[in-house]
Amino acid sequence: MTMKVSTRQVDGVTILDLSGRITLGEGSVQLRDAVRDLLAKGQKHILLNLGDVNYIDSSGIGELVSAYTTARNQGGELKLLNLTKKVHDLLQITKLYTVFDVKDDEASAISSFSK
Amino acid sequence: MSRREEHPLAAQQASRITYTLESSLDSVNKVEQTAEQMAQKAGVDEDELFKITMAVREAAVNAVLHGNAYDPEKRITATFENTGDSLVIRIIDQGKGLDPATLPDPLAPENLLRGSGRGIFLMRSFMDEVNFKQLHPGTELTLIKHLEGPKQTASKEELQ
Repeated sequence: MTMKVSTRQVDGVTILDLSGRITLGEGSVQLRDAVRDLLAKGQKHILLNLGDVNYIDSSGIGELVSAYTTARNQGGELKLLNLTKKVHDLLQITKLYTVFDVKDDEASAISSFSK
Repeated sequence: MSRREEHPLAAQQASRITYTLESSLDSVNKVEQTAEQMAQKAGVDEDELFKITMAVREAAVNAVLHGNAYDPEKRITATFENTGDSLVIRIIDQGKGLDPATLPDPLAPENLLRGSGRGIFLMRSFMDEVNFKQLHPGTELTLIKHLEGPKQTASKEELQ
């Protein structure tokens, strides 16, 4: 039921591999804490790999938005990688798809960060 | 599968079931799972299953979080009914009430980057009808999904 987070570093970009559900009381808080931790450590190029996220609710969507704005306000960049169809569709109907920088290839996503 | 068989919905052939639950995240999950099982039983496709499940989850979150504000003294009541033509899910909270007309539009450019406020929008996007009724105190939220496919064909044949 809950979300799992693992972290990788590739060429100065921190990739958070998320899996499971990002929902109220489950993944939302973990996502918030993970992004805050990275920013506090000065790791400001963040790529959220959502390829194994099979469910997200409005709280999870809100948390993605908050993560994005928090990173941006601290001079960082946060991008999304490998959206599932469900998450893609949710971002479309909430008009957030064009707000986020969404990538579908990890290598090109990494090279797209300004360094 | 065995978990599903143990569920009251599966054990009980009646098409209507009601739960009275605490204002907790466990209740949100129970309401969500019950809606999922009900929709599966009604034979909706996977896309519709996701939409119904998510809309009902949002409604339960609304009741527990925004309505009852996790108050341990307050309960939510969730009723699930398959009328044959529609799935009707009704969730009642004991909160201070909610006027959906006053809620900001989450699609407005100035609201796009807000961290909350999308739940009711998603319910309306995913269900055929979303109705609010003020109970003074409390809110009754009714979500309706019209069923399509074989059931409608069968009812047409019955009419002939």
